Amino acid sequence: MTELHSQTLTELAIGLESGDFTSVELTQALLDRVAEHNDKLNAFVTITADEALATAAHADAARETGSGGVLNGLPIIHKDIFCTRGIRTTCGSKMLENFVSPYDATVVEKLSAAGAVVLGKSNMDEFAMGSSTETSYFGPVRNPWNLDCTPGGSSGGSSAAVAARIAPAATGTDTGGSIRQPASLTGTVGIKPTYGRVSRYGMIAFASSLDQAGVITRSAEDAARLLGVMAGFDARDSTSIDQPVPDYTLSIGDSIKGLRVGIVREHFDAGLDQQTGARVKEAIAVLESLGATTVEVSLPNLDLSVPTYYVVAPAECSSNLSRFDGVRFGHRAEDPEDLLDLYCRSRGEGFGDEVKRRIMTGTYVLSAGYYDAYYLKAQQVRRLIADDFKKAFANVDVIAGPTTPSPAFKLGDKVDDPITMYLNDIYTIGANLAGLPAMSVPCGLVDDLPVGLHLVGAHFTEEILLRCAHQYQQQTDFHTACPEAFK
Amino acid sequence: MPLDKDQVHHIAMLARLKLSDEEYAESIEKLSKIVDFIDQLSQAQTDGVVPMAHPLDAAQRLRPDAISEIDERDAYQENAPAVSGGLYLVPKVIE
Repeated sequence: MTELHSQTLTELAIGLESGDFTSVELTQALLDRVAEHNDKLNAFVTITADEALATAAHADAARETGSGGVLNGLPIIHKDIFCTRGIRTTCGSKMLENFVSPYDATVVEKLSAAGAVVLGKSNMDEFAMGSSTETSYFGPVRNPWNLDCTPGGSSGGSSAAVAARIAPAATGTDTGGSIRQPASLTGTVGIKPTYGRVSRYGMIAFASSLDQAGVITRSAEDAARLLGVMAGFDARDSTSIDQPVPDYTLSIGDSIKGLRVGIVREHFDAGLDQQTGARVKEAIAVLESLGATTVEVSLPNLDLSVPTYYVVAPAECSSNLSRFDGVRFGHRAEDPEDLLDLYCRSRGEGFGDEVKRRIMTGTYVLSAGYYDAYYLKAQQVRRLIADDFKKAFANVDVIAGPTTPSPAFKLGDKVDDPITMYLNDIYTIGANLAGLPAMSVPCGLVDDLPVGLHLVGAHFTEEILLRCAHQYQQQTDFHTACPEAFK
Repeated sequence: MPLDKDQVHHIAMLARLKLSDEEYAESIEKLSKIVDFIDQLSQAQTDGVVPMAHPLDAAQRLRPDAISEIDERDAYQENAPAVSGGLYLVPKVIE
């Protein structure tokens, strides 16, 4: 039998079902992996060993009586942006270092109700603002493929843990690429569904018109399995969409013959590392060999997506993060002189540099005299970008390209230059601005570091993305590659 | 257009952020770069384009005006830095 930690979620589900091992045995094996490897990676903010073993025992008992859910006894990790009742939720920030949520996020509630076992909370860029996990108050996460490199961000703890075979799957959130970029840099699968598909209730808000929850896994099949549980209408999220959730695992086995794959010429220009581009073109050739046809499409406003994002996201963040006032929860400064001093010092001390920078950027673009020039303008350009996608999807079913401009970069390389860091998300941000589903699928190595194929679909076409990715993974084994030190 | 110290002071005050002198120096430099970067938007031709506030053209849902939440004040206040008798304590606002 393949060692438990090497198995995918789907394989583990079969093993549990056929009684090859119990959930307690599986959970203990993975907790041993956490103990062995987390010091190198710093992928966890909180490890919930006792709770995990108790849930696993409960799952084993439920299996005996045939009452377990579809994920009964399967271990996962939650990004520390999801509120978990009774377990601290830090969002990677000193501001919430000691925050214990009084309720569960809907995502947490749904996965737990299906029987998932939570091993812990994963490290992340502070308030999900970053592309390298270097902005975390709890220190950077390291990439299992090369410990000097970033595992991406903001869901970097999730991507590192899944890549290192510490957990078969982890939740993540994606505001500008925060699931797909870390998946790409760690050789894992990451999917961000359509905006509104998964509830944002209990997911600490960064930019509410862009934030969406998803998963990081080792196969498209596993992603389909988890997404089906997480997705669905939630009255507690005012932008949740009331549409039925298909069983994503049912159609992934279907052929992609005749699938129209859009190729964006602008994706392959000077900004893309040549070897990364070569891996992506090889992946597209595999899709063609499976019967897909390629069609050239154009996204003429792509260059403006990053500047648009860096107006819209900071504006929304400056508003969302105004709730951290040192009064109701979160960090509070000692001995405030007056109420204003309490606010200013609590926030000045509780937030890190990047978060403060984004709050100030957002405050600036929303301030009197600048609103029209920046915020309103960005909202107009956002529509142009969304319209470009709409036109493209009139002729194609998916758009394929690179997830990131290059493989993982070294920790420390970009942290002092916000603009260079921001440009890492150039291929991923468009999907957030337009609210489209998108995923990253491992498509090979460049200098021993993984790179990802990026697939974007029209609204509510997660099934097509997952099928395309799954069919690709039937022909290739890039998603099974494991960093040597973590086999 | 680079931001000056007065502008960054004004922004920090609006955002209720107390910054150290070093943080001010760094913020002036980095925020100026960010503002330069987002100034690219001014090149876009957007006459007559309707601003997009939301990725899906969905209307805000309505619900019956009925109480849907139970009183969990005590649980919520466990996270508060200072409370008394169910109230949140702050420095004196009115002399």
